[in-house]
Amino acid sequence: MDRKNVLEVKDLHVSFHTYNGEVQAVRGVSFEVKNGETVAIVGESGCGKSVTSQSIMRLIPQPPGVIKHGEILFEGNDLTKLPEKKMEEMRGKEIAMIFQDPMTSLNPTMTVGKQIMEGLIKHQKLGKAEARQKALEMLRLVGIPSPDSRINQYPHQFSGGMRQRAMIAIALSCAPKLLIADEPTTALDVTIQAQILHLMNDLKEKMDTSIILITHDLGVVAETADRVVVMYAGKVVETGTVEEIFYKPRHPYTWGLMGSMPRLNLSRDTELSPILGTPPNLLTPPKGCPFASRCEHAMQVCKEHMPETTNSSDSHQVACWLEHPMAKPVDIPHDVVGGVSK
Amino acid sequence: MGRFALQRFMYMVITLWVIITLTFFLMHTMPGSPLQHEDKLPPELKEEILKEYGLDKPLPVQYVTFLGKLAQADLGSSFKYDGRSVTDLIMQGFPASLQLGIQATIIGVIFGIILGCVSALRRGTWVDNVANVFSILGYSVPNFVLATLLSYYVGVKLQWLPPAKWDGPEYSILPTLSLAVLVMATIARYIRTEMLEVLGQDYMKTAKAKGLSARTAIIKHALRNALIPAVTVLGPLIIGLITGSLVVEQIFAIPGMGWMFVDSIQVNDYTVIMGITIFYSALIIVGMFLVDVLYGIIDPRIRIGGVQE
Ligand SMILES: Nc1ncnc2c1ncn2[C@@H]1O[C@H](COP(=O)(O)OP(=O)(O)O)[C@@H](O)[C@H]1O
Ligand SMILES: [Mg+2]
Repeated sequence: MDRKNVLEVKDLHVSFHTYNGEVQAVRGVSFEVKNGETVAIVGESGCGKSVTSQSIMRLIPQPPGVIKHGEILFEGNDLTKLPEKKMEEMRGKEIAMIFQDPMTSLNPTMTVGKQIMEGLIKHQKLGKAEARQKALEMLRLVGIPSPDSRINQYPHQFSGGMRQRAMIAIALSCAPKLLIADEPTTALDVTIQAQILHLMNDLKEKMDTSIILITHDLGVVAETADRVVVMYAGKVVETGTVEEIFYKPRHPYTWGLMGSMPRLNLSRDTELSPILGTPPNLLTPPKGCPFASRCEHAMQVCKEHMPETTNSSDSHQVACWLEHPMAKPVDIPHDVVGGVSK
Repeated sequence: MGRFALQRFMYMVITLWVIITLTFFLMHTMPGSPLQHEDKLPPELKEEILKEYGLDKPLPVQYVTFLGKLAQADLGSSFKYDGRSVTDLIMQGFPASLQLGIQATIIGVIFGIILGCVSALRRGTWVDNVANVFSILGYSVPNFVLATLLSYYVGVKLQWLPPAKWDGPEYSILPTLSLAVLVMATIARYIRTEMLEVLGQDYMKTAKAKGLSARTAIIKHALRNALIPAVTVLGPLIIGLITGSLVVEQIFAIPGMGWMFVDSIQVNDYTVIMGITIFYSALIIVGMFLVDVLYGIIDPRIRIGGVQE
């Protein structure tokens, strides 16, 4: 079953020109998203997940941000070369986005209904009455009770979970081909988190939308993703199917991420082991592997040269010197394998 | 909205009543009486006069009478202008002052919003710098200085506009400007700061992620949110306008309330002072009420309660 790519990101470089110098937030990221697929991007805070996703939408503030290099192919068209007017037509219609904090991502002075209707009026050229009907339908679809009265309410009258549902309604109103969700559940209570994830999975099936799900919660990944992109310091260090990443992770950073996550197959009193050290400063990124300074298995070569990305299987790529035939084989720490159980 | 406005209205009425009561008792606990210095008056006649004005009655009775008269807009009569009622005098001066106040508010608010927005959207450019210098000047030059300068240079020297008096629309331009500059500068500063803040908010990203153009996003999503703090400063600005008009009316010799108030203080016109004080208080409180209502209109979080599960 070979599905077509909705999105291909190729060698993306994004920098921010700040007072202190050039922050190289994204340094050669490549991945693709197939039709109907959910791709999770994971990694510690600050590794460039949000910058990558906002670059796809061309929403990084310019200045100080700039897409320095690379292609973002959406159904074959390079978004980095699109004029702003054409890009406006893509946003919300072909690609939509949900943000982390539902408390601040809705306009407090506009009714929720109007905020849903805006995209419909712009992209589907609907009249006010039709847009309202469609907005009601969307509210019902995302499981907001009594939509007839809710549609006229303001965001502050909604709870956090409800607001994220409303955000999903806004994002999916024009049936986009790709939905980017940047930590959509991080700001929510655990029980609400599960509800929102189920809703997203549900709607993805119904509407045949591809999803890029950004998170640092591997439990969320296990539950929703088909494939995983592991990012570190502005680079992709490993990608693979969920099974590959959870059962056969190959990069020491991925092992570290797994080891620092609560998992169901561990007994309650097993200690979690956070990755020691901090990510490198992106003002002056190291010339070798950025993880070398924190890596137990680092060799001399790691500090001097960035490893090539090698195929471990058709779907599994790793950028690590341990993959080199001449490297001494290292066993995956046993407590990591199996990862977060589904 | 109805309930919110009604509640604010009740607050207004209560505040007004408290101020009137305070003014009344303050006046009556002050040492001295209205006829204290009339030594040549025979005592019987004094008593007669006190009786006529109801001043021989116990204080609570006087208070009730006073309230009753006030309810009928009767503030007594002036000592200086023989036989003229204070209400009459106020109504004679009020139209000019009101016109001046309204003109200054409208011009100040509109240009303040424009200046603040342009400044924020062109942050760091020469446009922003010029606007900033302009609003700092407007903020720090006292309106009596501005009024004097305008009257002298634009009025007397250049003779573009009448330097004083109140004989038609063109006479209102310079005094309006003198008062409007502070309003404009204050509003512009608030709008600029808030606009910059709002532009960085997540909901602006949401608006752009929907496909709205930068312009539409600003007009539909940023502007209203950026206006909220500027509304809160309208209250103090109204007070500033009223006190400012006291001086500006003097400088331009406008027969308004401010001019009348200063005049009545100079000649010790007791009832007029008291009447205008109450009238000014009422004006400020009504102004605050209107600001509250406006605040509720702009910010739904003020007029509608929180989360409903
Ligand atoms: N507007 C900005 N100006 C300067 N640096 C930025 C800006 N936005 C993001 N960065 C930098 O880019 C890097 C990646 O950030 P981000 O993509 O938000 O991380 P995350 O993976 O947590 O989403 C961080 O080091 C951050 O400091
Ligand atoms: Mg982020």
